[in-house]
Amino acid sequence: MSETIVIAEMNNNTIHPSTAELVAAAGALGSEPTLIVPCTDVAAADAASSWTGISGIIAAKSNVFENYDSAGWASALDAVMPQGTIVTGASPQSKDLAARIAGHRNLPVVQDVVKVEGNQVTSPAYSGKAMQTVSLGGASVVSVRSNIFSPVQEGGQNSVSVIDTTGELATSVEEFMARASKRLDVSEANIVISGGRGMGAPENFSHLEAVADTIGAAVGASRAAVDTWEAIPHSMQVGQTGKTVNPNLYIAVGISGAIQHLAGMRSSRYIVAINKDADAPIFKHADYGIVATWEDALPVLQSKLQSMMD
Amino acid sequence: MLGGGKVHELVASRSSIRIRRIDNMPNIFVLVKQVPDTNAKISISGDSVDLSTVKMVMSPYDEFALETALLHREAAGGEVTALTVGGPGTEKILKDAKAMGVDKIVRVETSGEMDTNALQTVLKQALTNLGAEVVYCGKSAADTGAGSTGPGVAARLGWASASNVTSTNFEGGISVTTPGNGGDVKIKVPLPAVISCDKGNLKVRKANIKGIMQAKKATVDVHSIEAPPSTVIVVNQSLPPAKPAGKSYQGGDAAAEVAQLLRDEANLL
Repeated sequence: MSETIVIAEMNNNTIHPSTAELVAAAGALGSEPTLIVPCTDVAAADAASSWTGISGIIAAKSNVFENYDSAGWASALDAVMPQGTIVTGASPQSKDLAARIAGHRNLPVVQDVVKVEGNQVTSPAYSGKAMQTVSLGGASVVSVRSNIFSPVQEGGQNSVSVIDTTGELATSVEEFMARASKRLDVSEANIVISGGRGMGAPENFSHLEAVADTIGAAVGASRAAVDTWEAIPHSMQVGQTGKTVNPNLYIAVGISGAIQHLAGMRSSRYIVAINKDADAPIFKHADYGIVATWEDALPVLQSKLQSMMD
Repeated sequence: MLGGGKVHELVASRSSIRIRRIDNMPNIFVLVKQVPDTNAKISISGDSVDLSTVKMVMSPYDEFALETALLHREAAGGEVTALTVGGPGTEKILKDAKAMGVDKIVRVETSGEMDTNALQTVLKQALTNLGAEVVYCGKSAADTGAGSTGPGVAARLGWASASNVTSTNFEGGISVTTPGNGGDVKIKVPLPAVISCDKGNLKVRKANIKGIMQAKKATVDVHSIEAPPSTVIVVNQSLPPAKPAGKSYQGGDAAAEVAQLLRDEANLL
């Protein structure tokens, strides 16, 4: 396999820790990658200077990276990246970037990779109902899901080369609309607690929110809940026509586990299910299944978690 | 591509004759893909997924793209063309699009399996040939879940793009809402552009009887475009590995034990 390049996952000009997982995945695909850090301030790149497993760091500095614009980011990165196979994260924004860069370079792109073996990569297909393995016959762009590869360790020494770059912004920001709640979005959170129609009424989601606030989780919902209750917005929906999540911990409460929902969360590292119906399909996918009503289980869970966190 | 009652002007250029529209009405395209019904059970036969008994439908996000394209036409005029790539069996979803109100339906015929580079190169060619000015597609297709087509085609065309769009406004150009860090962002998207649509608060219109009758009579415009060679080749498809059976508990009090195990056994929290 040819040279590999990792584009760091960025969050407010800071390297997201999952980038160390991308480096490991790129290493498995070929040689030690060059890490590209898209930034407005090159100090951002220092976070990776002691990582093992990288052959060098390029801090790609540009005002373009202030706000996300698909065309601007891709052209600014294209200008500074060597040729080879490019690895990105698999957040919605990074998948967009992966596809755009692949377009710039006339390369194929494979999204949501969860396994690398030689030049073969595997990703979910049909919403996780099947897995598909493909072989990369040449340079490609690959987005890799988080929480799957073990991150590379500290203990290395890398110098950072700074390259000023520029790209043409195609779109422009008109307005930022801050989320009404301070709570994380399901697609950003490491822990997600979701409620289904078994919650009985939208007001009862406040019990999920209480647990979420205790452990820093995001609150999600099943499609049934979103479709039934106006007060539960589509932005909370986890599943095939909602968001796909793979947090470290997913807690499903009053969710039966329809195929549609499983498609959006089955790759979570640990799954806890609380449902009063012992035959609910969700239990087949749960690491810890509790057959109980939410009224019985949530207060116990909440108080135990509270005491653990204190 | 003359027709549809629109005004066109023939412009002779040095090497060819091309058609330029002299009205301001956009030539709107929507990309649609046929996928297995999302409620269908997926089974494996040998090394690959067996879709022989599965009902095929338009990918759900493409319906949001279609609705948005129709809203664009209602706001700005012009015409909407639905385009898919595939064999004659995919014409059903084009007819469905026609029934919902698109003006034209186009099927692009190619040969063999394609990786994303081959497919998007074909789409770029088709959209260029047909004079598209704005393209809507679903944020991802239900079969791959990849979401590569919108931004990938936009890059190949050299156009602007916006993905995961939850609402679109057509007053004074196109503004879209898309999720950003910490909240939604409203961005202005200049044309030409490719816009990949999420559900948002869209209510997708239903086909009415008149539309269904028109769709029955509608002819599919078939174009043949040769795809460049693919370098990404499917090796096999399989069912996801079965998860080992988890622990199960009766009664709400067990929640305390599970919380403790999440820390002690799973190293979480």
